[in-house]
Amino acid sequence: MSWAGKLLRVNLTNGEITSEMLNEQWKNDYLGARGLASKYLSEEIDPACDPLSPENKMIMATGPLTGTMAATGGRYVVVTKGPLTNCIACSNSGGFIGAEMKNAGWDMVIFEGKSPTPVYLYIENDQVELIAADDIWGTSVWHTDEWLHNKHQDPLLRIAAVGRTAENGCFYAGIVNDLHRAAGRSGVGTVMASKNLKAVAIRGTLGVGNLADPEGFMKAVNEGKAALAENPVTGQGLPAYGTQVLMNVINEIGALPTNNMKDVQFDGAHAISGEAMHEPRKSDGRPNLTTNAACFGCTIACGRISTIDQGHFSVENKSQYWGNSGGLEYEAAWALGADNGVDDLDALTYVNFVCNEEGFDPITFGATVAAAMEMYEDGDLTIEQTGGIAFNFGSAEALTKGAEWVAAGEGFGKDLALGSKRLCEKYGRPELSMTVKGQEFPAYDPRGIQGIGLNYATSNRGACHVRGYTVASEVLGIPEKTDPLTAEGKPGLVKAFQDATGAVDSAGLCLFTTFAWSLDNIAPQIEAACGGGWTAERLAETGERIWNLERDFNLKAGITSADDTLPERLRKEAAKTGPAKGIVSKVEEMMPEYYELRGWDSDGVPTDETRSRLGLKD
Amino acid sequence: MEKALVINPDKCTGCLQCELACSYENEGVFNPSKSRIKVFTFHQEGRFVPYTCTQCSDAWCQQACPVDAITLNLLTGAKEVNENTCVGCKVCTISCPFGTINYNQNTGKVIKCDLCGGDPKCVSACPTQAITYIDANQTGMEKMRQWATETDNSPSNSAANV
Ligand code: SF4
Ligand code: SF4
Repeated sequence: MSWAGKLLRVNLTNGEITSEMLNEQWKNDYLGARGLASKYLSEEIDPACDPLSPENKMIMATGPLTGTMAATGGRYVVVTKGPLTNCIACSNSGGFIGAEMKNAGWDMVIFEGKSPTPVYLYIENDQVELIAADDIWGTSVWHTDEWLHNKHQDPLLRIAAVGRTAENGCFYAGIVNDLHRAAGRSGVGTVMASKNLKAVAIRGTLGVGNLADPEGFMKAVNEGKAALAENPVTGQGLPAYGTQVLMNVINEIGALPTNNMKDVQFDGAHAISGEAMHEPRKSDGRPNLTTNAACFGCTIACGRISTIDQGHFSVENKSQYWGNSGGLEYEAAWALGADNGVDDLDALTYVNFVCNEEGFDPITFGATVAAAMEMYEDGDLTIEQTGGIAFNFGSAEALTKGAEWVAAGEGFGKDLALGSKRLCEKYGRPELSMTVKGQEFPAYDPRGIQGIGLNYATSNRGACHVRGYTVASEVLGIPEKTDPLTAEGKPGLVKAFQDATGAVDSAGLCLFTTFAWSLDNIAPQIEAACGGGWTAERLAETGERIWNLERDFNLKAGITSADDTLPERLRKEAAKTGPAKGIVSKVEEMMPEYYELRGWDSDGVPTDETRSRLGLKD
Repeated sequence: MEKALVINPDKCTGCLQCELACSYENEGVFNPSKSRIKVFTFHQEGRFVPYTCTQCSDAWCQQACPVDAITLNLLTGAKEVNENTCVGCKVCTISCPFGTINYNQNTGKVIKCDLCGGDPKCVSACPTQAITYIDANQTGMEKMRQWATETDNSPSNSAANV
């Protein structure tokens, strides 16, 4: 029974806070976290609503394994309608606050309405209060974190907060917890700030237990931990290099999108790679990387703790950036680096710090700068419009200034805060936005890795790698190697990855476990914790149910099959170098088979048969 | 052979598996706030440091206790709190110089590391071997070994140095 069994409902409009029992049927059908929160959201809001209106709700949710000793059992999600995409948004974060919420006795918190004045939510077990946040409104995540710790005189308080970008309406603001972990994508932080909610501060001391089969649980947990330790990716690659282990690998196979996806290989890849983070700097002889770090309960520890060279131009006289903080992971290093043609590791690390400090998504930000650079080089943007700085590919100055402007919500930063879709539309070059459903791609080029392109095109939260990470199979050979350049068999692969991921995200586990674990490793942990017959098959079906539920939400929000595609560049302009040379994305070719395997009609709508098989209504 | 916990903060990733294992062993639930071992994060420095009772031979807590609730386990060398005797006066928490014995609001007694009766659960839970349980007379071995590897007295190298 590892659910706490209770949720908090916080009405920000009238300040009312109530406690509810978790819906029994829904938790059996949707498990927890992503699935369960999506079910609540679908039932409670009109999918067509304006995401930044009080009508939208925002749910912070844990899974049944969150807060337990299951390796990586510290995840939580934020589910809402996202302003970047106008689709259902589910952003997932590690760190410690998810486990703390569970330890305080809550599976989820549903925020509704809009507070008349800035507030934060304070939770100490069953003592829950909305408290005025006027003193921290207009300040950064880092300042808010420090202020709350001081105010409550509690170093163990776990905090999630939005920064100035969210308050300023940046379309891709995230919610940062524990200083440098984030529910980063799709603008979930923008929704939080639109409700005048600055932060959530939690202290839980009740303990997470209530296991269906305690002995079986510890056995399954220990087996899971052993499997992670023995696997070369989770046992060696990720602890040593983090996700940055991928930079050189993906560049070599010709799938590292470069200069706004004009190219698929980046000359400066090594300089911004995980390996480079270990190399001593010329200035002070210290490497960028200080140590690796884990989220709650995680035996992988992929997190990067880094410093910036104090002599670097970006941090001159700015001592708040001189200490250690969360360093680059692969997607950020790619978006800020390769996609802009910038190979300055310190500049990238600095922008990453600023993204954490002020709460915005480095993937969307980096890709938006890339689009701006292409428009600048094409003459669609003038130097006056870009704040007096030349926005050429390769300019670390443009990148760092851009980040500072977005953080402060000033000048050209207001344009960059739109995200690439709105930015490119504004300046008349919509085709230069590398997005699906309004959300920017991560770091794998669909020309060099065909399956991931189909996953981007169909992902329910817009382009996203963590909805169906076929890179595992197509590049790393997990669980089996498939040819990245062929479209054959990919629809089935994409569907299988997407469904399994839905289950992992709903359990409260980190997706990175799946380099070593299949659902066969996860099912025994969930079953021992929850009871009720959780098998690998049931988990896959739960993932499929979640996928269709999200799809339904999006259809009602106005998405059509025409949105299940990739930008023309990836479908028409072939890769120029590397193993994928001469190849374009075959996404259109793969789509009919994907729809069919999903049990959707040719318009991408789930058929009645599919609905009844999965127990979805209408 | 008496054994002791040896903590190497350099290896720690701050995952809290040790705190989870400790609280589960002692409280039956996963609850870092009730763990006898605590991991401290020094954010600016990028360091994680696990800390717990080192089982002093002449233990301050034991000497301070007015009702003799803290006794020596002869097999493990641990100073153990006898819950039935402890009156929750907290004098031991004041006398311990290291802060590793603490009051538990739920029970009205104090809690501290008791080495799990000779099978410390934090040790088996730790994925990085940041906590080990070894011969109490040899707790410096790993550090000595580390320094030993840096001692270079091979003839060829000394020749190259002159
Ligand atoms: S693998 Fe990385 S992101 Fe996942 S839980 Fe562990 S440290 Fe956190
Ligand atoms: S289990 Fe080991 S690595 Fe994890 S926090 Fe404890 S001492 Fe550190």
